[in-house]
Amino acid sequence: MLRLEKRPQPSKLWTALTPLLAVLATMVAGGLLFALLGKNPVEAIRVIFFDPLFNEQVASYARPQLLVKAGPLILIAIGLSFGFRAGIWNIGAEGQYIMGAICGAAVGLAFYPSENPLIFPLMVMAGALGGWIWAMIPAILKITFRTNEILVSLLLVYVAEQLLASVSLGLLRNPEGGGFPGSRNLASWDASSNPELIAGTGMHWGVVAAFISVIFAYVMLSRHIFGVQLQLAGQAPRAARFAGVRPEMMVFICFTASGVLAGLAGLFEVTGPAGQISIDFNVGYGFTAIIVAFLGRLHPIGILLAGLLMALTYIGGELAQFMLGLPAAAIQAFQGMLLFFLLAFDMLSNYRFRLSAREAA
Amino acid sequence: MTLTFTRRGAAALALAAALPFAAQAEDPTKVGFIYVGPVGDLGWSYEHDQGRIAVEEEFGDSVETTYVESVPEGADAERILTQMALAGTDLIFTTSFGYMDPTNNVAAKFPDVKFEHATGYRRDHPNVSTYSARFYEGRAVLGHIAGKMTSSNKIGYIASFPIPEVIRGINSAYLHAKKANPDVEMSVVWVYTWFDPGKEADAARALIDQGVDVLMQHTDSTAPQAAAKEAGIYSFGQASDMAQYKPAPRIGSIIDNWAPYYIERVKAVKEGTWESVDTWHGINEGMVELGEFSEAIPEEVRAEAQALSDSIAAGEYHPFTGPINKQDGSAWLAEGETSDDGTLLGMNFYIEGITGDIPN
Repeated sequence: MLRLEKRPQPSKLWTALTPLLAVLATMVAGGLLFALLGKNPVEAIRVIFFDPLFNEQVASYARPQLLVKAGPLILIAIGLSFGFRAGIWNIGAEGQYIMGAICGAAVGLAFYPSENPLIFPLMVMAGALGGWIWAMIPAILKITFRTNEILVSLLLVYVAEQLLASVSLGLLRNPEGGGFPGSRNLASWDASSNPELIAGTGMHWGVVAAFISVIFAYVMLSRHIFGVQLQLAGQAPRAARFAGVRPEMMVFICFTASGVLAGLAGLFEVTGPAGQISIDFNVGYGFTAIIVAFLGRLHPIGILLAGLLMALTYIGGELAQFMLGLPAAAIQAFQGMLLFFLLAFDMLSNYRFRLSAREAA
Repeated sequence: MTLTFTRRGAAALALAAALPFAAQAEDPTKVGFIYVGPVGDLGWSYEHDQGRIAVEEEFGDSVETTYVESVPEGADAERILTQMALAGTDLIFTTSFGYMDPTNNVAAKFPDVKFEHATGYRRDHPNVSTYSARFYEGRAVLGHIAGKMTSSNKIGYIASFPIPEVIRGINSAYLHAKKANPDVEMSVVWVYTWFDPGKEADAARALIDQGVDVLMQHTDSTAPQAAAKEAGIYSFGQASDMAQYKPAPRIGSIIDNWAPYYIERVKAVKEGTWESVDTWHGINEGMVELGEFSEAIPEEVRAEAQALSDSIAAGEYHPFTGPINKQDGSAWLAEGETSDDGTLLGMNFYIEGITGDIPN
């Protein structure tokens, strides 16, 4: 009989293998789903995973778009991964992303139509600050009143969405926009635009920031005492306290990291790909980044790869919709399977199967 | 089993590799659509998809249509449009107002691909057309029915975004409800979404709690219909007939019929006669249709509504005919004067008698 047994230590091998297994299982189960919908499963998988990279007509455009789509995901996920390692759960990155965009855009628009080159750097700072302040609400409430940071940070997303609607219609509305909601186009105003840095690569400042954050996180986690403290706080809070780790400080640092990075992601998005503050500016990067963080095993390099993979399923999923006529819901289910299988296979790194003799009654 | 399965897959792979999907001379005309909601919304996106299906039926194998649903209005739309154009699509319909900038941006990069943008006003390039329907004509008829059918004299209106198209509909509905019933009041709730059954249902319930007994909507789901049914009040189908709620709560509807326009435009591309145009059709051309007036409406009101619809279609009556004042009391249209299209297209004010402000 097969029996589950907890491993004394999580298996290193399985920890590395499970993401790959999860991707493979998603391909199989997803292929089955597509076959049930009457589509050729092999072709569907090919369109989702290979066409964005290798199809001669689309790939030259889709490849750089992978970076555009992955940039904010990676940036936010890196910030979240600090807290997740320490058992501090910021679920409200979507709200911090929105607030970063609003604050950054507001500061920039205050100077419209000046062409001062300092405007963009100032907006970047305001964006980081906006995300940080929004993250500090659940952090301070947790530190002082022991509130549940999951609930507070999540609910603040909806508050941020209301603020977004309000400024799109009022404070930041384009006065020359004919009464339509939405701010001026920040991408087409030179002083505030976050353009492609090298034409045809998709690289904008947000992607650069994402890469820097990956390197920074890698150094912090593997070469700095902070990485050990995080790990300790997550796995053995009492031991951490004896080792001189102050839990309040951990909450503050982790929320600072995730808030600032989510705010930056919002700012780079609103000044670049999105171009303007509008009512439906946010498209869920803050939530998807949670999947990316776990898919990447909370490891910086893992997150980098997971962000690119997630972006691939988005862009490939769009291709599959119009090339093969797959419904949008099937693509979303496909992406959901990825997380589902990852969590399911995670069991293999923490448990092992043992063959055992039938137990005596 | 496994073997055949693998073989078929391998064959598909080989075929796909050998024949990249470039549009060749004999290839079918490729027509793409992007929708803001799911095709199953039974409202706005559903009707656009019905138009797409009509195109397929009309042209058979000589066209190939594709669509992407639930596309956010922003960076994602621009990417999807670019990829559609790269994949060899000849004609692309972008079916929501928020696709205006993405449509024009992508059109600049692909001068050989034709773009058709619904409800917008920007045609920056010779390969962009815009088209919309004079929904306010249909709203006038529904407004008249609403004014006659309310007994609490309170009409509720679920509005999406404060853009001219929506404001125009509110004004037209209110104007004709007021003509039918001078005691009528209208409450407007803004939900800031085109499709969100939850928010739409909440708005409907909030209005019903205020004593509203006739509900109008400018959003795409059937959630307000369900709320109206629950409360036992009247409602109108929007964008699509929403016939499953007949005969009550749904007592009438405005149906967007895009099929004739889509067929005409695809034909123009096939024949090489496509040009950038701005189309704004109403009841007369059949782009705006009125769904069956249900038997819940008294017969004489049905006859009045039909007469109103006929006179609009015949061009004898314009829904915005003076005297009409703006909300602040200033004069807009003098006795007998009708509004020009320019004012209607940019309408950003309520007419006299509507309470509340347009959010800004």
